[in-house]
Amino acid sequence: MTLVSNGISIERWTSSSRLALGSMAALLALLALAPTVLGAGAIDRMTALFIYVILAAMWNALAGFGGLVSVGQQVFFGLGAYFTIRLADAGLDPFVSIFAAAIVTGALSVPLSLFMLRLKGGEFAIGMWVVAELAHLLVNLDRLIQGETGTSLISLNLYDSGIRRAAIYWLALASMAALLGALFMLMRSRAGAAMQAIRDNEEAATSVGVRVIATKRLLFVLAAFGIAVAGGLWLATATTFQPKTYFSVQWTAYMIFMVLVGGIGKFEGAILGAVLFFVIETFFGGAGVWYLIGLGATALIFSLYLPRGLWGEIERRFDVQLLPVGYRLQLPGPNKIKWEE
Amino acid sequence: MINSLLQGTLLGGYYAVIACGLSFMFSVMRIINLAHGSLAVAAAYGLWLLAAKAGIPPFVGLLIVLPVMAVLGWLLQRFILERSARGGTLLPILTTFGLSIVIDNLLFEQFGADTRSLAPFIGNLSYASWQLPGHIFVGKLAVMMMATAILLLGALQFFLSRFALGRAIRATAEDPDTAGLVGIDARRVNAVATAITMVTIGIAGAFLGMRATFSPYAGGPQLLFAFETAVIGGAGSLWGTLAGGIILGLAQSLGAQLHPQGFLIGGHAVFLLVLFARLSRFGLPQLDRLGAFLNFRARLRSPT
Repeated sequence: MTLVSNGISIERWTSSSRLALGSMAALLALLALAPTVLGAGAIDRMTALFIYVILAAMWNALAGFGGLVSVGQQVFFGLGAYFTIRLADAGLDPFVSIFAAAIVTGALSVPLSLFMLRLKGGEFAIGMWVVAELAHLLVNLDRLIQGETGTSLISLNLYDSGIRRAAIYWLALASMAALLGALFMLMRSRAGAAMQAIRDNEEAATSVGVRVIATKRLLFVLAAFGIAVAGGLWLATATTFQPKTYFSVQWTAYMIFMVLVGGIGKFEGAILGAVLFFVIETFFGGAGVWYLIGLGATALIFSLYLPRGLWGEIERRFDVQLLPVGYRLQLPGPNKIKWEE
Repeated sequence: MINSLLQGTLLGGYYAVIACGLSFMFSVMRIINLAHGSLAVAAAYGLWLLAAKAGIPPFVGLLIVLPVMAVLGWLLQRFILERSARGGTLLPILTTFGLSIVIDNLLFEQFGADTRSLAPFIGNLSYASWQLPGHIFVGKLAVMMMATAILLLGALQFFLSRFALGRAIRATAEDPDTAGLVGIDARRVNAVATAITMVTIGIAGAFLGMRATFSPYAGGPQLLFAFETAVIGGAGSLWGTLAGGIILGLAQSLGAQLHPQGFLIGGHAVFLLVLFARLSRFGLPQLDRLGAFLNFRARLRSPT
């Protein structure tokens, strides 16, 4: 808290946000103990939840904080899984290869960004989709993958299934916490302020000295890395790799749903969206096509009538910020001015 | 070899038809409609339904489907796109993507996973060809698609330049606010533009059904082809769309000669190459300023 004058203060953390951070830490500790009490199916579902949170947070970072809407992020999901298969086949331990594959994918995204980040708006969005399709086709050419037949992460067999399941759960939990933490620290730093400036008005940001392309690249590579980790983890849970599943535009549909419903551009929104998506999938996933239609229709309606998402509305109405990325101005007296992110 | 070059060029006619709507909508409203392909597939299903259940041949069925598409386009603009465009340039992408998911899955729910085609209903048009001297075969349907593409683009060009409504559309595309100052209702103009786009989508859907098969989830690839064509030709230029379509068709046909998967790979690769070439021509600082590459201190600085 900085006291400016006359009792006005600028604050970052409020009491509610400190409480939120504390309870999140407690929740993480609780989740870490979960495999000892939960059954196999529940552990798998929780792993899926953590993967959804990663996907939502990464897409939200790219679109909500960076202003880069991409309909092709599944390319990193698929490449993360593909390189995991390749590295595991080359002899690396499967769990290590998940993260090595994510690093490889992140490295690949750097030259890709040199090219794709020059595109704007819809061109960037669909351009990434074209890249995803091309990557899918090229992965199909690999003899190890055998086209659409796919293959499996066979080396996981070395581990007993109970240990394997718990290990994947803990890896997913740790990855989710680490990626969310990294993103949070990034958004609160100068680079984060630069990103939000670019999202709000790119020309104005350039005029105050923000290095636009470098900032966008940082976000792009981080999102690529995060989504690749998610892809590798999904492969570990599902064990089979069929290119069509991992490179499907359905993943972007899920990411868009989670972020639109949760709240685009809000850190808590991505988490809320992922949890909601998880709950909806658990209860309605069995409805088949109607579930997918419902997802699309919900995303459509939210984008038209509730563009700020659920968390955006909650924040606007109750003025509560649990994971603050911006600053707040506190005036003496009953009034409070908040700087919008 | 000559045959595949010829086929590739004529395939460009189909791509020009499906892309001209996307290009048109983008120039007028600055919206890229991600549901473009799904709407074309929906039109194809509409024609199929008329042909299979009511016995109406596809060319006659067009007389029913095209007005329906125009009305749907008007409704789409009024109730969905207009509201969405108010939220900024990125929101329509999300909205139309949601719409494409809804359309794709509704089609799947209604018609199942079977691939359908309009080919059985048009006699032998889907495979009939003329033989030119030198063992060169030219498909009749392909020539028809190319001719339609040229006619369509020409008609759009004529409409935009000679008709008052066309001028109004061009004015709104350039500057909606100033156009409003001279009495042009941007809402009405956008609705008309969307209706025209939907008519072209309907025609493209008919051709899609006639020259190949379609299934509920075929919308995505069609959107990608339309988008690639529009971008290769230069988004916003109508005749460029024809050139873009021909380039894409040629790239795909030549790619198919090299490898079974080469059809799709060739198309996507050429798209990325053209994009790359266009971007480097207009300045890609990382590649121009090789000197900066060696300046490590500058590169290690934080992004702000």
